[in-house]
Formats: sequence, C-alpha cells, structure tokens
Amino acid sequence: MSEIAVRVEHLGKRYRIGAQQVPYKTLRESVMAATGAPLRWLRGERSPATNTLWALDDVSFEVKHGEAVGIIGRNGAGKSTLLKILSRITKPTRGQVELYGRVGSLLEVGTGFHPELTGRENIYLNGAILGMRRAEIGRKFDEIVAFAETERFLDTPVKYYSSGMYVRLAFAVAAHLEPEILLVDEVLAVGDAEFQKKCLGKMSDVAHEGRTVLFVSHNMTAIGILCNHALLLEKGLLTNIGKAHDVISRYLSHNESRANPFVSCGRRGSGQLQITSLHFETNSGKRIDVLHSGQPVVFVIGYRNIACKAHDRISFSFSVHTSAEIGIFHLYSHFSGVYYSDLPESGYIRCSVPELPLSPNNYSVMCRVVMNGDQDTGEEVDWPQVYVPMTVTGTDFFGTGGSNLSSWGPVLIRGNWLPVSGN
Amino acid sequence: MFRIESTRNSLALNLGDLWRYRELLFFLTWRDIKVRYKQTLLGVAWAVLQPLLTMVVFSVIFGQLAKLPSEGFPYPIFTYTALLPWQLFAFALNNSSNSLVGSQGLVSKVYFPRLVIPIASVLPGLLDFAISFVVLIGMMVYYHIPLSVRMLALPLLLVLAVATALAVGLWLSALNVEYRDVRYMVPFLTTFWQYATPVAYSITLIPGRWRLLYGLNPMTGVVEGFRWALLGSGDIGGLIWVSLAIVCVLLFGGLVYFKRMEDTFADVI
Repeated sequence: MSEIAVRVEHLGKRYRIGAQQVPYKTLRESVMAATGAPLRWLRGERSPATNTLWALDDVSFEVKHGEAVGIIGRNGAGKSTLLKILSRITKPTRGQVELYGRVGSLLEVGTGFHPELTGRENIYLNGAILGMRRAEIGRKFDEIVAFAETERFLDTPVKYYSSGMYVRLAFAVAAHLEPEILLVDEVLAVGDAEFQKKCLGKMSDVAHEGRTVLFVSHNMTAIGILCNHALLLEKGLLTNIGKAHDVISRYLSHNESRANPFVSCGRRGSGQLQITSLHFETNSGKRIDVLHSGQPVVFVIGYRNIACKAHDRISFSFSVHTSAEIGIFHLYSHFSGVYYSDLPESGYIRCSVPELPLSPNNYSVMCRVVMNGDQDTGEEVDWPQVYVPMTVTGTDFFGTGGSNLSSWGPVLIRGNWLPVSGN
Repeated sequence: MFRIESTRNSLALNLGDLWRYRELLFFLTWRDIKVRYKQTLLGVAWAVLQPLLTMVVFSVIFGQLAKLPSEGFPYPIFTYTALLPWQLFAFALNNSSNSLVGSQGLVSKVYFPRLVIPIASVLPGLLDFAISFVVLIGMMVYYHIPLSVRMLALPLLLVLAVATALAVGLWLSALNVEYRDVRYMVPFLTTFWQYATPVAYSITLIPGRWRLLYGLNPMTGVVEGFRWALLGSGDIGGLIWVSLAIVCVLLFGGLVYFKRMEDTFADVI
C-alpha cells in the first residue's frame, strides 16, 4: 500500500445559483425555454450568463495513511461539498481524486432509519446503507447495541424512541463501520454532552488505530483533540493546511479580525472608556485561541480611553458563561483591590489566571467596566453586549498522565483523596 | 486505488458495482415489504382485494353489460389472468417513478449505485403477485381449467413485465428528480396505458393486421402471454418477440439515461 491515502488534484465543483433558488424546474419551463432558444439565437442573443458559484475551486492536497485531518471553515466554505465529492455522492466539475483504500462516509447520523422498523431491524438496514455486509453487521451487533445502550428497546419501533436513544443507536451503527478512510461531517453535534464525549472517544480510537480520518466540524475543541492536521477552506479555496493547532489559531484569529464584535455592538454605560477587544495569551505573551483546562491563561482586554480623568478609579472585569449564556463566574479587578487610574489613550489590561478551572467545552466571555465604586455602586462606564466565544480543551488536569476529564458541569476542581482511616 | 473524475463515459453501465451492493438491494426491498404490511390495516389482504375487486367491476361492466367477447372463457378468469401482470406492472411503474424523489435523504447523504433504488422499489410487487396468484390457481380449479406445461413460461413473462416497468421507471424516476411534473403524470400514464393493453377486453377485437404493431406496447405481449400460458388462448408467436425487442431497447435506453443523470442527482434532488 502506498503512503498516500487520499490525493486531491485541482478539484473544482460548480453549482448554478439559480438552480438552488428555484430547485425544481417544471417540464413546461424547460419546453418553453427550448422552443424559444433558436429564436433568441437568431436575434443574436446569447443565452443569459447563468449565475454560477464555485463551491470548491482548484483544491489540491494529500493525506497520508493514518492521518486525521480536520476540515474547517465558515458556513458555505465548501467543506461539505468536499466530503460529498470524496464520498462519491456528487461528481466534481473539474479535477480528480485518488482514494487508496475502502472509504466509509458518515455525513449524517441515522440516514435511512425507518421509524416503523424496530431498533434491531434498523441496525441491519442502516448498516447495509452505510456499506456493511450482513455478516459484518451480525458480528458487530452486540457491540453496537452495547455502545448505544438500547438493549431493552431492541424490538421496539424506533418511532417510540426518545430523540437521545435514536441518535445513540444511529451513531453506534456508524461508529462500527470500519473503513480504511473515514469521512465524517458534523455528526458529533448530537446527543447530550455525555454521549458527545463518548462519540469523540470512539472517533479518537478510530484515528489512533491508524485509519485515515477526514473530519468536518465547527467544534474546534473536537478538531484539536482528534486531528493532527487541518485544512482551512474559505469561499471554496484552500487557504491553509498544516498542523491542526496552527490552522485552528489562524482560522479563529482571522475570524476575529474580520468582524471585531466590539465595533458594532449594543452597549451600556457612560462611554468615557470603551472596550475594543478581548483575547487570550500564555504567560509568555503568546496569543492563543484555544485554552487548556488547568493551565495558566491571561485574559487581555483592549480599551480606548475617551474621557476618563487621571484620578478616576477604574475596575475592569470579565465574566465567563456557558454556551447557554448561564454565568459561571465573574472577576472584577477591584475584587483584588486593584483600581486602574491615569490610563493612557489606549492599551491593554491583563489578568493572569494561574489555573483555568474549566472543563473542556465551548464558553463565552463578556467584559464590563465600572469606576469609582464596586460592581453595584460604581458608575457603569462600558458594558458591551457581546459574548466572545472561548474554547477550552482538555489536558492532564489531575496530573495522572491521562486525559480523564469529565465534561459534567463546567467547573473542575482538585481534591486530595485521603487514605482510609478507622474512624 | 479508486479514482473520482469529472469526466463521464456515458455508456459504461458499471453493473458490477450493482452486484457489490446486492445486500443493500435486499434490505431496501425487505424494508418496503415490512413497512407496508406494518402500516396497513388489512395487510396482505390488499394484495388479494385489489385485483379481485377490479375483476368484479370489469366482469360486470365489460362482460355483463357491454358483452365484450372473451375468447370463450368465463369473463372473470379471462380478465383476472390479465390483471395479475398488469397490477404488478402498474405498482412497479408507480413505485419506481417516485422512488428516487422518495429517497432524497439517502441520495444526498450516502453513496451507492443509484440503480439500487428503483430496482428495490419494483421488487415488493412480486410478493403481492405471488399472493394473488394463489387466488388465481383457486379460480382455475373452480372453472375447471387444466394446468398446462405452458405455465413454465410464466417466470419469463414475469421478468418481461418487471423489465417493462423498470425500463419506463428508470426514465421517469430520473426525470422526476429534475421535473416534479412526473409525479402527476404517472397516474394518468398508467390509466392510459391500461386502455392500450388488452386487460379488460380481448385482443381479438383488434384487426389481425394491426396485432404485431400492437406488440409495440410490451404489456400487450405480457398480458397475452399470461392468457396463453394459463388459459391456453391463441397464438402469441410474433407478438411476444416484438414486445421483447422493444423492452430490450427501452431498458437499455433507460439504463443509459439513468446513468447519465446519476451524477447530478445529489445536486438537484
């Protein structure tokens, strides 16, 4: 077997935009257009330039066997189109792809599930749809059922399943597909947190078994954990390829510079000083986009001083929220007795957090500034109504050498478990 | 190594791929049968009731009222032998025409040879056929019609009926992806086609010199073939060959057209 698993050369895919807006032509329209065509041609009219869009444009890359590659980019960047071409669902307009090995693709969880059929029947049906042989499904049947945790409902039609059970069963079938090259679209965004973690674990097993994985996701944490390499698509063009963490950083910072949320947001407060940015750094001042549980991190708040007097006593703060915007904690500088005075026209306020107590997940951060008092009695200077996204990934928080982190709840604490004593 | 390219060689039917996915074909057929009988109140009874009730209506209107000739056979069994392959055909045509559009989720999310879908949609009709065939045997006993060795030709005629439905179904299902008019066209086409086929009347009503031309409708060949095999009615020699030839042309054309359109299904559906 050669070293290369996937070779993509000058791949392009063109869509007609008109065709997307009016999805189905009617026969009448086509007949009318066809009969009118010679007439228009006689009059010297060319057919109207149809509005086309290159969903992928001259994309070339190679993936080696055993690599796990994340595909990232904004909506409409061409990620899903790329996976659809690689999995043979649609043909490219230009270029070619060479695949060395059996390909399995998972673009949706539960494709082909039929609500009237039982769990058992759907396992076989779905397996066959995903390209598994009947004997293969039979062999893995118990494993699939155990993974899905739906033993008791095997002979119940899946229409009576809760949505969680449904998704678990569907993912379980797909997870036991064992191709040499696995293509996965945003399928981890299903189920509850516990199950997502289980899925992620299964996916990382697949990646570590030496299989080749191409993985599309908006979840940078997942990409960071699963993939060693990543490629970035922007408007159909391949703009960056390399180590996953570098590409993710670039993608996130790029996103930020494109649209600084602090520029055009609603805000409250007197406005004598305005917050202009928020980012994260390491202790040594290196900018980072993904934070690590239990590691030091510096919150950096950019500001512009418009009308604060030298003697004003200013307290900066930030608050961290779950992705559902429920507050976890906030931290004002005056909590530690720090008020800033005599601020230059613009600059950065830094707050170093020695150990980030958050579990791996996506969070959001808000900033607020008050002066000459505390958070309740002071004058509100600026409170931008902006949640800045913050991604935390796991590390060896407990110092045990493993990444046995729970994503149950947002907060992680350490404790000393004492030996058994008599009383 | 597998290569994905933009170029399409439109005459390569790639039927080997279809063979590799035979288990999927089996499971999709099995699903259709299972689901149909789970969701219907009368279940298997439908397979019997449909042709049986149509037979009663035809016998009353065409046999009793219009007094159409039936080549000397009792009118009920004369029309029932034709109704069996006809209903199989109508079912298969309707299902295959709507099959691709009905499987949008599959087509846009998973790869497999798309031919599996229309083929799988045709096969459940064979079960209905088998059930109503048992009724036919009962009727033959009742009317004292002897079984003959000609019945050995039935499987071939069955293949011809399914192939006809599939040939037209391939064209229509692929067209349906792009032109949703097809969905409204199919019931009309089926009704029209039934009158063009000697189901409710005898082919003897057609002047002899037109009969071969009549074979251009392959279902004429099938229906007359059934009467020939089961009832021992007149000679079908020339007719069946015309039908067979036309089905081969239609089916090959349908396959080529389907293959040509296949690449764009996921984009358009």
